[in-house]
This record gives sequence, structure tokens and C-alpha cells, in this order.
Amino acid sequence: MKSFGRTLLAVSFLGVFGTIAQANDKVLRVYNWSDYIAPDTVRKFEDETGISVVYDVFDSNETLEARLLAGKSGYDIVVPSNSFLAKQIKAGVYQPLDKSKLPNWKNLNTTLLNNVAASDPGNAHAVPYMWGSIGIGFNPDKVRQALGADAPVNSWDLLFKPENAAKLKSCGISFLDSATEMLPLALHYLGYPVNSQDPQHLAKAQELFMKIRPSVAYFHSSKYISDLANGNLCVAVGYSGDVVQAKARAEEAGGMVKVEYSIPKEGAGSFYDMVAIPHDAEHVEAAHQFINFLLRPDIMAEITNNVGYSNANAAATPLVDEAIRNDPGSYPPEPVLATLYAIPDQPISFARVMTRDWTRVKLGK
Amino acid sequence: MKKLNRTLQSLIPSGRQLVIGVPFIWLCLFFLLPFFIVTKISFTEAALAIPPYSEIYTYAEQKFQLLLNLSNYAILGDDELYISAYLGSLKVAFFSTLACLLVGFPMAYAISKANKESQNVLMLLIMMPTWTAILIRVYAWMGILSNNGLLNGFLMWTGVISQPLEILNTNVAVYIGVVYAYLPFMVMPLYANLVKHDESLLEAASDLGSSKFNSFWKITVPLARNGIIAGCMLVFIPVVGEFVIPELLGGPETLMIGRVLWQEFFNNRDWPVASALAVVMLLILIVPILFFNRSQAKEMEGRA
Repeated sequence: MKSFGRTLLAVSFLGVFGTIAQANDKVLRVYNWSDYIAPDTVRKFEDETGISVVYDVFDSNETLEARLLAGKSGYDIVVPSNSFLAKQIKAGVYQPLDKSKLPNWKNLNTTLLNNVAASDPGNAHAVPYMWGSIGIGFNPDKVRQALGADAPVNSWDLLFKPENAAKLKSCGISFLDSATEMLPLALHYLGYPVNSQDPQHLAKAQELFMKIRPSVAYFHSSKYISDLANGNLCVAVGYSGDVVQAKARAEEAGGMVKVEYSIPKEGAGSFYDMVAIPHDAEHVEAAHQFINFLLRPDIMAEITNNVGYSNANAAATPLVDEAIRNDPGSYPPEPVLATLYAIPDQPISFARVMTRDWTRVKLGK
Repeated sequence: MKKLNRTLQSLIPSGRQLVIGVPFIWLCLFFLLPFFIVTKISFTEAALAIPPYSEIYTYAEQKFQLLLNLSNYAILGDDELYISAYLGSLKVAFFSTLACLLVGFPMAYAISKANKESQNVLMLLIMMPTWTAILIRVYAWMGILSNNGLLNGFLMWTGVISQPLEILNTNVAVYIGVVYAYLPFMVMPLYANLVKHDESLLEAASDLGSSKFNSFWKITVPLARNGIIAGCMLVFIPVVGEFVIPELLGGPETLMIGRVLWQEFFNNRDWPVASALAVVMLLILIVPILFFNRSQAKEMEGRA
């Protein structure tokens, strides 16, 4: 017991001193999603600018938001998704960007900039970093085994038709655990507006999920990456880039398991992860330098090549690996792009209603 | 001068006060103060701001106003979700405490009966797993219990089953994880108690013709009562608020208060309701804690 206590003490002291030691001037504290940057991006930035970067990661918008709303997060760069960013801007979390310090801003894709202006009016606070869609990640061999050669992998029918879902149950279905991302999906499939606050629409969406609920193995927003890769799942509703990562992991493991991604023909949700500077950031100058660095086509292309998500940098596209650039899942062609909808930003009171409905779906009652 | 000295001396705390004072200050700083803050937040209103709740008091024009928002507690009563989550947590805590006791008692008993040298080694073996972070151990269980995992692989290899058993992401996995993680906290106090038992009592009982089972049931178990209570409290109380194990091993139908609290805090951005949930949970847990304290006090009396 004594040595256990001592270990614990040693560990907690390490934590305290570790934080104090970082408090010097030429420092930048970055808080980004896990697995969301190239392995040498940070090192290159440090070499070029002499600024040392403290790089931490999170795995959900909620975790990031709780830190930001508590105040004094200590970070200079954070990367929320656009639907969360919109609320955080209203709460006064961010400072406006000084675009005179971002000469590489011109590289951004103007269509995408207009899309995200809905969350950040005038693109005043944030730069789009990567974006993706919420589609179907699947194991083609197992799906065909369960549903035959003409399994509707390019349609939400694959999951929303109870008879299909029931056949896929034994090989494993997973859903994202997010009311704000999953309920609009059902609303869209049923032909209602994705931002509908009509209780009847919501009830119908809930009913749709309830019918297939018994076939769902779990609701989780990141576990499916490894489960798709090792064959524990055959269909996962997931983020495009995460499915691409699952595919890469399956290939690294010897290619016994195959993973594919499809954007269903009915359309799918899309999200943009945005780089922003909290209002209480201590190293604003360095933060602008870092954003400008990220906007360089060669840097951005390298990140996309490593993480599998498409970026918002028009000048970077020619430098992106052909396999990703030509993958319609990552870089959808114009007609597919038109079927994507943005994850709606709902007021807090309605978000509570959605969360409650989603909890009912998860509990199956 | 003498008077001044005496006043000074009375200001400097005596050794006794210092010794009692340190844990007292510790509790005030790290238990009472946070609890007051949480209670305060539970009476505020959620807002889109930093921090995301309203102030409960205002001071303007020499008027001090205290505004207590009780609706957060009303929400907890209105929606059956919260009540069933509390009940779900209490149920998991109760049955896993029972399972820990059934597994832990024979272990502690066997260790207390082993010879002196091996006792230390055996206790070390019980405690050693707790030196690794709980998260890593729970992840290891995910590897064991999954459909393609070690357990199913082994059972299929032996031919006991032909289809993998679905254990991961069900309540069964939660029970396995909780019992595994909290077993050392049951065994330790039980061992500490059992090892102090006076062997001569058992000898006397057997001299008077008591069977081995009878002596165990009538002598060892009653004497171990405080160890059992301590072990059960050490398991029950933290399991009620457990979040990591149900989150990683449990399925969507695993409804526990820790997860609901997370949801209120993170998904709904509703810190006040999350705080109200935490306050109510603490109030529920005060009952077993008082019970524990009373039995401890009784034991102290018995010793004196």
C-alpha cells in the first residue's frame, strides 16, 4: 500500500511540474482532435519559427467545449466543429482573426468558406481546417454475405429498412452516439427538413430508429474505427475520414478485412472542423503564425495524406495523394456534394429535447 | 512581557491541533468547498456564456438579491429517466457488491489462513493490478470479451459454443468489469479483519463439539462483520458513481447515473442540471455512509 501511495504521489507531482515547466514565452498551446495532423507538421513549424508547441488532443466536441466554457482553457489554438463553433462564438469564446497576419488565407476554397459562414458570419473567427461527411463505413465481404450481391450499400435503406438491419445484426452495426448528428439523418431520410423542430417529425425519426434499434450493437463515436478494421463490425455510421483510417489500419494488418466508405445517394450530413483562437489565448501572435502555416498548400496536403480527411485548401488539392483526391468518399464530385447538408445548429432548449429522444432510442424504450 | 508571550503562544497551534488540522483543512479545501460550488451551480440557470450558467446573487443599488432556481431539481423528478438511472446505478452497485463479497470473502479467508510469508505475497498479488491505470485494464477486458476476443476464441476452439457469445456491450460485461476492478477493495479490509481473529475461539468451539461449518458461521462471520461492512462500502459507494466501466464495457441499455450526468454536462451543456444530479447522488450515498460510520463507531466502543 505504501509504495502504491508513493507512486500516485510521484505521478501527481510530475503532472504539476510538467505544467509549470511549459510556461515560457515562445510557446504555443494547441488543442486538436486525436489523429488529426501529419506526424511532422508540428516539428516543421517549430524548426521554422523557433516557437515550441505544446500539442494536446481531444476526442469529442463536448470535451473541448466543456474546457472552453469553463474559461481559461490555456490553449491558443482549438479546433471545434462548425455546429459547436456557432454556439461558442455566441458565448464569446473566440477572438476575431487578424486576417492581415494570414496571407495564406487566399488559398482557401471560396465555396467552402461560404458554407461555413453560416456558422461563423463573415468568416471572422475561424478557418476551415478539414471537412468530412457522415456516411456508411462497411465491410463489403460481410455485408454481401448477409444481404447478397446487390446489398444497397449506396443507400440509407441498408440500415433504415428493418429487414436489412436484422440480417446485418449478427455481424455488427454501430451508430454514432450523437443526437445532433443522428436525428437529422433520419429526418433527412424521411424527407423532413434536417433542422425541423416539429415534434411530429422528431417522433417519426425516433420511430424509425426504434424499429432497427434491436439490431444495433452499440452507439459510439470512435470505437467503430478499430472494430471496422479488425472485422468486429460490418456496418458503421461514421465520419468519412475515420472510415478511411479504419481502411488503412485494416490494410496494415494484412488486408484480411476490407473496409469501404460510401455517401448514400439520399445525401448525408457534413461537418467542418474549424481552427480558432480563444479570447483568453496568451500567445495570439504565435497562434496566427500557426494558422498561416497550416494554410500553406504543402503542409495541408501532407495532413490530408496522413489523416484521410479532405481539406478546405483549394491550392492543396493538386498535392494530395491521387488515391485520396480521386476517392469520391473523401473528395466527392459536384453532384454528390450537392446532396450533403450541414449539421444544424439548434438552440439549447431544443438540443435537450433531441438528447432526450436519442437517449430513448439508445435505451430502446 | 509575559502576557505578550502567552498571547503569542496561544496563537501558535499546539502539536495536537496541527495534526488534527491538516486533514481537516484538506477536507474543507477538497471536499466541502467543491461541494458548495456544485450546490451553488445546481441552483443557477443554464446560459450561453463563460461559465455556462447564471449568477445566483446580484448586488445593485445596495440591494443584495439571491436567486435560487429550483427547476433543475424539478426536472429530475419530472422525467423518469433520472429516477431509473439512479435505480440502475444502485442495482449495479448492489449486485456487484454482493458478487465481490461472494468472491472476495473466500479469497481473504484463504489468505488469512496461509502461512505468514505467503500472506504478504498473496496480498501483493491482490493489489498489484491496481498499480496499472484502470483505463488500461478496462481496455484489456474489451479485448477479452469482444466477439473476436480471447474468451470467445477459446470457447469456440474447445467446441463449447459455435457462435460467439455476445458479452461486450451488455450489462454482463459491466458486472464483470466492476467486480474485477473493485475486488481488491473488498479483499483488503476483509483480510485485515480476518487475520486478527483469535484462533483459540475456534479451538474452544471444536472442543465443545461444534462442526467446522457451525464454527465458521457462528464465530468467524459475526467477528468479520465490520470487515464485511467496510469492504461493502468501499465497493458500493464508488460503483454508484462509476462512469468509465459502463461507458467502455456497457451497451446502450446500461443506464447508470454517471453516464446521464455526463450527458447533461457535455451533450446538453446544462451544468446546473448536472450539478443537481450530483448533489442528489451524494444525498443518496449519505445513507450508507452514515450506516458505515455508525458501525465503525460501535467497533471503537467495543474496543475501548
